[in-house]
Formats: sequence, C-alpha cells, structure tokens
Amino acid sequence: MSTRLANQGRVIDRSKALDFTFNGKRFKGFQGDTLASALLANGQTLVGRSFKYHRPRGIIAAGPEEPNALVGLGKDGKFEPNQRVTTTELFKGLTSTSQNHWPSLEFDVGAVNKMMSRFFPAGFYYKTFMFPRFAWKHVFEPIVRGAAGLGRVPTHRDADAYEYFYAHVDVLVVGGGIAGLAAAKQAGLAGAKVLLIEQTANWGGRGVVDGVEIDGKAADDWVSETVRELEAMENVTLRNRMMGAGVYDHGYALGYEQLSDHAPELGGPRHRLWRIRCKRIVTATGAIERPLSFAGNDIPGVMLAGAVRDYAVNFGVSVGDRTVVVTNNDDAYRTAIALVNAGLTVPAIIDARPVADGELPEMARRMGIRVETGKAIGKVIGNKKVQSVSLCVQAGEGASLEEIKCDAVAMSGGWSPVVHLWSHCGGKLNWDAANGMFRPDADRPPTGADGVGFVVVAGTANGHLQAGAALADAHAAGRRAAKEAGHKLGPNVASVATSEGENPMLPVWSMPQGASKKLRMKTWLDFQNDVKVSDVRLAAQEGYESVEHTKRYTTLGMASDQGKLSNINGLAVLADALNSEIPQVGTTTFRPPYHPISFGAIAGEARGELFKPIRKSPIHDWIADNGGFWEPVADWRRPYCFQRDGETVKGAVTREILNTRQNVGLLDASTLGKIIVRGPDAGKFLDMLYTNMMSNLKIGKCRYGLMCTENGFLSDDGVVARLSDDTFLCHTTSGGSDRIHAWMEEWLQTEWWDWKVYTANVTEQYAQIGVVGPKARQVLEAMGGMDLSAEALPFMGFVDGEIAGIKARAYRISFSGELSYEIAVPASQGLAFWNAALEAGVDLGIQPYGTEALHVMRAEKGFIMIGDETDGTVIPQDLNLGWAISKKKTDFLGKRAQLRSFMQNEDRKQLVGLLTEDPQTVLPDAAHAVEGPKRANGMQNIIGHVTSTYYSPTLGHSIAMALIKGGSRRMGEVLSFPVAEGKVIRATVVDPVFLDKEGARQNV
Amino acid sequence: MLILTCPNCGVVADETDLHGGGEAHITRFGADASEGDFESYLFHKKNPRGVHFERWRHVYGCGKWFHAARDTVTLEVFGTYSAQTLTPPKALQNKIKKKRPDWEGFKK
Amino acid sequence: MSDAVSVLGGAAFSGAIEVADAGLCGMVTLRGDLSDPKLAAAVKSAVGLTMPAARGIKEGTKGAVAWMSPDELLLMVPHETADACVARLDKALAGSHFLAVNVSDARAVFTLTGAGCREVLAKGAPVDLSAAGLPIGEIRRTRLGQIAVAFWAGSETEMRVICFRSVGAHVYSWLCNAAQKGTLPGFL
Repeated sequence: MSTRLANQGRVIDRSKALDFTFNGKRFKGFQGDTLASALLANGQTLVGRSFKYHRPRGIIAAGPEEPNALVGLGKDGKFEPNQRVTTTELFKGLTSTSQNHWPSLEFDVGAVNKMMSRFFPAGFYYKTFMFPRFAWKHVFEPIVRGAAGLGRVPTHRDADAYEYFYAHVDVLVVGGGIAGLAAAKQAGLAGAKVLLIEQTANWGGRGVVDGVEIDGKAADDWVSETVRELEAMENVTLRNRMMGAGVYDHGYALGYEQLSDHAPELGGPRHRLWRIRCKRIVTATGAIERPLSFAGNDIPGVMLAGAVRDYAVNFGVSVGDRTVVVTNNDDAYRTAIALVNAGLTVPAIIDARPVADGELPEMARRMGIRVETGKAIGKVIGNKKVQSVSLCVQAGEGASLEEIKCDAVAMSGGWSPVVHLWSHCGGKLNWDAANGMFRPDADRPPTGADGVGFVVVAGTANGHLQAGAALADAHAAGRRAAKEAGHKLGPNVASVATSEGENPMLPVWSMPQGASKKLRMKTWLDFQNDVKVSDVRLAAQEGYESVEHTKRYTTLGMASDQGKLSNINGLAVLADALNSEIPQVGTTTFRPPYHPISFGAIAGEARGELFKPIRKSPIHDWIADNGGFWEPVADWRRPYCFQRDGETVKGAVTREILNTRQNVGLLDASTLGKIIVRGPDAGKFLDMLYTNMMSNLKIGKCRYGLMCTENGFLSDDGVVARLSDDTFLCHTTSGGSDRIHAWMEEWLQTEWWDWKVYTANVTEQYAQIGVVGPKARQVLEAMGGMDLSAEALPFMGFVDGEIAGIKARAYRISFSGELSYEIAVPASQGLAFWNAALEAGVDLGIQPYGTEALHVMRAEKGFIMIGDETDGTVIPQDLNLGWAISKKKTDFLGKRAQLRSFMQNEDRKQLVGLLTEDPQTVLPDAAHAVEGPKRANGMQNIIGHVTSTYYSPTLGHSIAMALIKGGSRRMGEVLSFPVAEGKVIRATVVDPVFLDKEGARQNV
Repeated sequence: MLILTCPNCGVVADETDLHGGGEAHITRFGADASEGDFESYLFHKKNPRGVHFERWRHVYGCGKWFHAARDTVTLEVFGTYSAQTLTPPKALQNKIKKKRPDWEGFKK
Repeated sequence: MSDAVSVLGGAAFSGAIEVADAGLCGMVTLRGDLSDPKLAAAVKSAVGLTMPAARGIKEGTKGAVAWMSPDELLLMVPHETADACVARLDKALAGSHFLAVNVSDARAVFTLTGAGCREVLAKGAPVDLSAAGLPIGEIRRTRLGQIAVAFWAGSETEMRVICFRSVGAHVYSWLCNAAQKGTLPGFL
C-alpha cells in the first residue's frame, strides 16, 4: 500500500496540512502536494475505471501524460470532469470524485464489459454500424450511449471567469527544467525579450529529482540561483503554472495559464489564454517515460519508474513497501536506488538487457539490490492491486521462473522526447533506433513567414537524455534563438551538468519477447481507452496498414492523453505485426493542445453579456423600456413589436399595422445602411454597382436601386439619394451596410482605382425614423420646422432643414404604401427626435411599430425583402424587378451573368402572390408547392416554395409570396402545399401586390 | 495564424485583422465577354501548390486591399505589394525565382 | 444641442484602471490626396496641426488629427463645431477631389486612465501593446475582442479608444470586464 514517508518531499510543506475529499472520504495532504501525491499518501491507489472494460485503474504517472487518474473536481458551478490528479495541485477543501463507474468505484457493474471483452474488439464501433439499422437504434445505441463518455457533463453554468492576453516577445521558452532555464538565461543575457513558461508550480523539472550536479552544485541550488538571475532581468518574464499548449504558423503560440486552480480563494480569472507572437520558440519540454508491454501492466500499483521516483523525492510518498523495478535502461535504476535510500524494499530489478554493467546498475548491486538481467515480467498477479509478479526470461514465451511478492511495480521502457510543440506546425522527426525514440530533425523545422525555422528544440526534448548533454544543448539553443531573433551574443560561458553515465538502452516492445496470445490480451497499450497489444495485432491482420487508420480503428492514442504513453509502443506493435520498421509505419499527427485546456479558456471573456456584440440603435434603450419584443436583425436587435400589458405578440402586431394604416406609426429605421459616395466619377461608379441608372438621378431626388453580384444574383437593395452633383447617399439593408461598403471599396481599390470616388460609411451617424401613415404629415407639421407639404416634398424626394429644432433630412419614401417620411437626424439627437414625434402625435394616435408590422405592410404591397425573397440564387428578373434593370447601360456588375441561357430560361422560379382557399389559413414559411403524381417514395415534384407569408389584418385574409417555376405563366392556377400530418393547403396564384395597386395611398 | 505586412499602413498585421480575397491579378470580363472568358473569370482559379499571388484586405486596420505573394505549402511570405498593379513587381518575381528555382514564373 | 447624448451618457468605471465614456467628441473623416499641400493647409486651418506621418496622431489645443489610411484622416474637434469644420474643409478644398463628412455621432469614445491601460487592451487586441510596439503619438486600428476599434496612448497613463456608436455599450462592458481589479497580468 502507498503511504507518506517520514522524510523526503522537496516540494511539500509539512507544516501546512490541507483537508480534501475523494468520493466523500476525508483525507489530509500538504501544501505542495498534487492531488495524485496526496491520494497516494492516503493509500488510495484505486482512483478510476477504464473507458471500455471499466477495469480498475490506479495512478501510473506523475505528470500530464497520466492516462488513468481522471476525476471530477469541485461541484456545481465549479464542477469540472476529467481532471488529471497528477496535474491538479492540492488546496484546502478540494473535493474530487472518481468517474466511469456505477454504483461505486470498488464495485462496478460495468466491469462485466471485461467478461464481454471478446465482443468489444478493435473496431467495435465500426463493426456495430454494420448491423441492421433496427439493431443499432434499439439495441446498441441505448447501451453504448449509457456507457459512453468519460466523466459527467457539468449541470451548472461555469462560475469562473476567463480571459485572453496577447503578448509579443523575441523568444518564448517552453519548459522550466534545467534546459529551459539555461536557454532562457542565454537569450536573456543577449538582450532578447524572453518569456519563459513552466506548466507546473515548480522550476527545475527532472534534473532536481535525479540528483544532477551543475557547476559543482546540487541542481536545486543552481535552479534557485538561475531563477533569481532571470527574475532580475528586465527583459525576461517567468510564468509558472503556464503550459505551452500549441505552436502555430508564423511564430504564434498558445500559453495556458492556470491562475487560481491551485488557490480558488484568489478570485479573478481562473485561466488566461496567452496568444503569443514570437520570433523564436525554444521547446525545452523534456521527455516522457514509456511503459513496458507485459501482461497485467494496467493493474493499480504498476507505475512508471520515473513517477515512482518523483513521488518519493518530491512529495515524500512511497507507492509501496516492496517495489519491483522492471526496465530496459539504466535510468530506472535511479528509482530503485532512491527507494532503498528512502528505507523501502526493492525485491528485484528486472532488466530485459542481457548485460547491465553501467555505473547505476553497479551502484544498485553494491547497495545489495538483486538485479536480474535478460529477464522479464511474465505477468502481474493481482486484481485491484499488485500482489506479485512472475519472473521469466525475456527471450522466451513467459514461463514463470519465480513469483516475486511485491505491492508495486516501477516500469521503464525508455524515454520519448516531448516533440509535440516541434511537430504541431510541421517540424519533422527522425527515428533514433538506438534509443528507441523519435527526435526532432533540425534540418526540417517548422518554418515561419520568412521561410526559416522558428522552433529550436533544447535538451531532453531534443533527444539528449543525459543531463550534461541536455544542458549543453539548451545553452546553445538559447544563444541561437537570441541570435536569430536579431540580438548580439555575449561571451559564451556555459554551465556544466554532471550525472551518472548511462549505458545504451535496449528497445523492448513486447515482454517477454514471445508473449503468447493469452498474455497479449492482458497487455495494455492505451490504458484509458483499453487498447491492448492484441487489438493492434487484430487491426493489422484485418488490413489496417496505415497508422492513422489503425489509430481510429482501435482508438489507440485517441484518449484524452492523446497517446502520450501509448503511441510509440503501439507503433512498434503495429510495425512488428506488419513485418515493417517503426519509421516506415510512421507516427500519427501531433495536434494542439499538448494537454487538454478548459473550454472557458478557449471562450475567453466572450460569454454571457460579452458573448456576441449586439449593435444598438440610438432608440434601443427606449424600445427596451417600452415593451419592445426583440428579434435579431444581422448584429442589431430590432423590435418585432411593442407589446402592451396583457397583449399577445400577434395582437400587438395587428394593432400596430391597423394603427399605421389608419393613423400614424413611428418606426426606428436607424439600422439601415447609409454610405456616402462622392467624386467626379461617383455617377459612373454607381451605374456599375446598381442594375439601374443612377447617374441621371436629379439632385434632391431618390431612386430605389438593386445591386447584384458578378454571378448576376441579387445581393442588396435600397434607396439612393443624390445630395449634390458629385455626391450620392446610398441606403443599404440593415444587415448589408458593412458588406456593401466593403464591396464598394473592393471595386474602387482593386479594379477601378483610377476612378475618382471616395466613400464613407455613415450608417451610425444618423438615427433614421420613419413617420408613416395617413397622419404622418400632420405629426411632422406639429413638430414644427421645414415645409413638408406635398408640393415642397413630393414622393421620392428629400429636403434638408430642421424639425423640432433638430437638424434633419426628410426623405419622402415608402415601404408600406402609406404616406411616409424617413427623417435622418444626428444619432446623438435620435432619442430627442423620437420623443418629440411621440409627443406631437399623441392626439393623432401615433404608436411605434416593429419589424413584423413593417414586414406585413411591405408584403401587402408586394415589396420584396432581401433574405426572404432572395437566397443567393435569385436574379432581379425572377422577382418581376426587370423594370429596375437598365437596358441602356453597356455594363453593370451582374449584367453578363444575367445574359447566360440558364438565367433567361422562362421556367426559372418567379415571384407570385398567393391567396389561400381558406382566407384564415396562413401558409407555413418555406412550404413547398408540389404537382404531378406521387412517386413510389410518396414524394411529388416540387415546383417552388413560399418566401413570405402573413395574415393581413388590413385585408382580413392571409397573403403570401412564393417563388414558383414559370410562376408568371401560372396566374389563376391553384397550387397544392403539403404541410404537416398529411394536410394540404391550396392557394391561388395572384399578382403579389395585394393592396392599393395604383399607389393612391402614398400620393397625398 | 499568418502575419502579413500591410504595404498601405506598414502594420505587421495578425491574420485576424485581415480578410483574404482569393487570387490576385484576375482580369474582369464584363457584359460583352464571350462565354469562355466569362466562365474563366468567374470560376477558373489557379489554386496552386506553391507560389501564389493573393488579395488581402486589412479589414480591421486601414481598410485597404493589398497583394501578397505566398507559398501555399510552407506559408512562406515572399512579399506584399500594392493592390493597384496588374502584375507582381519584377523585383519580387526575381526574389521568388531565386528561392523557388522550379517556379514556372508569373502567368496571368 | 442640449438634447444631444453620447452613447453611455458619461458612464465611468473604476477597477485596475479607470474607464470612462469620453462624452460627445466632434469627428470629421477627411478623404483625399494626403500629399496635396492644399489639403495640408486645410487641415492646419481646421485643427492647427501639421500632417501626421503614417499611423501618426497629433493632438493640439484646437483639436487632433489622426492618420487612418493612405487617403484618410480623422480630425477631432469639439462636438458642436464638427459641422462648421466640414464646411470649412469644403470651402478650403473646393475644386479638389476629396470627401469631408461629420462622423461624430457614429462613434463612441472611451478614456482609459491608469498604469495598466496597455494591459487592458492587450487582453483583446492582437497588437504589440508595449511602449515600443505602440509608441505615444501612434494610433492603431485593429480589433478589441470582436469589435473594430482604434486606440492610442496620449501618455503612459492615458489612452483613448474609439469604436462605432452601435457597439459602444458592448465595448464599454468589455473594457470594464477587462479592467477588473487584480486581473492585469503584469507583463507589459
């Protein structure tokens, strides 16, 4: 059983005890513990269940590579599933719960999956999809859904805050071990602006655990000294608890800073996502130890040798009284030596190599530790905990020579450099067969905007597994990065690290060499996803030769640790099964983030009120205070209607329409786009942009115009006013102002740059308020100001002047068919004007109206709406707008496209009006019109669809517009619209202008 | 996440401040164009693997369009230049030729 | 003009720095040939300042002038004089190809005060906000979160942010959120 040692523990503070809970049980840990070390200190070796078979799982590692020990942390708004206990720092009051089991961690019903394991082989999901449809839906899906997923989805809104930060530096150094510190120091001394980040709370990495000496001092002392030196440098910033999450194009990197996970009482943002631009990135990310593939390597108590050492040295935690060490390299001997030095027992070191005569093995032997060379673990015996291991010869098939009692196994299959950040953006790797690892190929780095490599790898991450070589490499990397970032180097004075010499490792991919199928079925590669050696072999046998396919088929490396432990071992098994070599099989793609980061950090501040910017008109707050029922219109919010107390939405819309048609309505039209176009060539330019002629528009007059794309399709519409000889004001749709302004600038800057035209988007300079209805003129006259009589301001004209003492431009335009003015006033006085109009119109029955009344009234008049009647495939001719297309102009945007034969086809869908047989029945939006006999599948030929549909209170019946094949030839035809539940609505094709065809109402 | 230097205002801009506008140096064919010319104007884009000339707009910045010469595989940026040109500057073409001897050269 | 209101009516927030609605500011967009001496003279007569260099901003007693793009300046004057400023430019530049337009009400302006202004903006703008990256006297057009903005430092403890009026409330909330006490990274 694991427990706390009486001594050791370089990072814990035994004077500061912290209470925490795991599955409701109260435990005690120390300041400086991770949740992993604290759980082990309390003897909690069983911490979770695996994904597929619900096998008992214990802690295996001490860092972000941990595949097993995932827990739910916190509760309610602070709950977060799938947190690694190895990267979770302990704090007072921490609450954690294990995952993936029911009803309890100790007794799990899902573990029957284990018995069913022959039914869950590689490719289970794919094979299951091959079953008949009904079986998937009724049998498998409910079971798979119930069992799927790690952890529990949070039920509360995340209570924490998150943010981004953009940082620009010369050199980013990722990793605060001795290599990262050395590299940062060199870059800093050269004067580069340096950011050094370390994912854990502590500086020094493995060097300080492994007894390295630097410049004749203990690594610990050298690290403290170097950190102090770096902190004193103006141009260097150090951040711990900040992980290099990803490297992207052109020197862009993401840093994930955990500000208060270790101390929730700090408040403030929980995580900060750093978006870093740098000239060079030094990755000093170290290496991760690999498991060995022997039967039972997933049983709680089997751990990585380096992790066992970390727990003892850093946290003063013993993972067991009797730990068997199994290895293929010299480094694992350090674990045995550390354990014995801590007063614990190592019954044997089992070394797969035929000979082990290096400095460390000899030291172990001198300490009296039994060393067995050329041997292997046949299998681990135990269920929820290790009881013993069977010793066998590595060269054989696993026949037991001896059973060795133990309660923990420390395994080491060698080390894999952490090459993720190097690879994220395209850095290539070479296979180092002697050390059984992929290393960055310095000749094929990820390249930046200048075509030169921008990532420099340093230390162990570069494949230098021994401290001396690693530190020398990091020193050079730091200098190189600073130089390449444009800084002059100072004197070349390097620190020198010394550690015990190490003999070569022996790549061992299967233990023992000839392990039987029975053993292979108990030999885990991916501990979280339950992928075993037998699964990868089966995939190879079934024809999966590509590593990318095998990964997806078996789910190897697809767990939340992304194969940090399993990838190389899996590759080796695949290569062996395919009778190939590891470099030929290749590696899978490394993708960011290196280690999972929170969704909160990705979202940053963009949540709640700040999730999506809302554009607000100058009248917005008044609308909000006066019953406005909002609808989104592009990024704006506009009132659908103004609801009164006790009124339904529909009732409000009807009231607003009738009041506007009978009395007078007030509309906030400020959202309409307004673009000034000025210059000697402004007329010529607008003639190219609009389908109609604009250059002959008289000063003081307005004209409705259409814009098309070069494909000929209608893209926007609006009223153009000519302000002076060389100045026009173009109105766009509410959603179109930025797009149309950009469209204008694009043509002016990239095609007709010799034309003398300037544009300015003045949309928000004005509040634009529609005063609409038979009594509109009376309201404006009552407000006092300029002459707005029919003679002074005829239909489709505008005048400048003052109304109610406010500088105003009055347009006489109508989208409702009523007598109608749109008054543009400075936005800062928009609300003042709005209030003045309401006051002046009190006795005339003035009421504000919303967008739905606007829509119904325009539909009554047969006016189209961009986005309702258009969908990016509609040309103006389809909408009976041929009258707005100039025949005189030799060219305009979209003209050539509209000449294509398909655009001229008489059978194109054309706009028609519809009257339902039952006047009270309103067609559903987008209902399809069908004709002809039903086909075998019950479907009929679709000939068109409804684009706008309303109940018209003015007319007392429903009205609709539709795009129907050859519609203009179908006047009087009755069309069928099948709707839900087998019902069919029948409607007659009519002219889409339903009200006041002569336009008498607006000509007053 | 690319960075491009806007030649109009001199800002070294992050990709999120920019808006890509597809292939550069395309000739517009208008109302009197043949079917073939019009089709190629609207639809036939080069989409090369390697050296490419593109339009970009510094949309959150100065609002101006510019051209960029870029390698679509390595994302190396050879240079940015004015949008008011019909062909890439000769010096830029020479620079690219030097870096990519296999490049076929600029073609309309 | 007593009924004219800025978008946030003078709202202010105090956190790690002070954030305040700067109230109504007169602004005139002037597009034209910036190398034309006639235009330079018109600018001088309008705001009393000489032409700024690319990305530059000059502030004086009569107003300010900012370089917005190779053919665009932003002139800043007292709000009630913006129309007069346009009229003056129209007159001075008559016969040239140019565009002068009052955009005062299309904008919201915020003042940031305190030592952490640069860090508050660096939470949302993909810009090197160090004193070397954005020196005093330079205006930067970019985005802040999801919104197009322009900002500049008048001193190391005062910055201004301009955005469109319709998103003024959003930008104000954004700034207040970013300026919460105790949330500055201490990097710049």
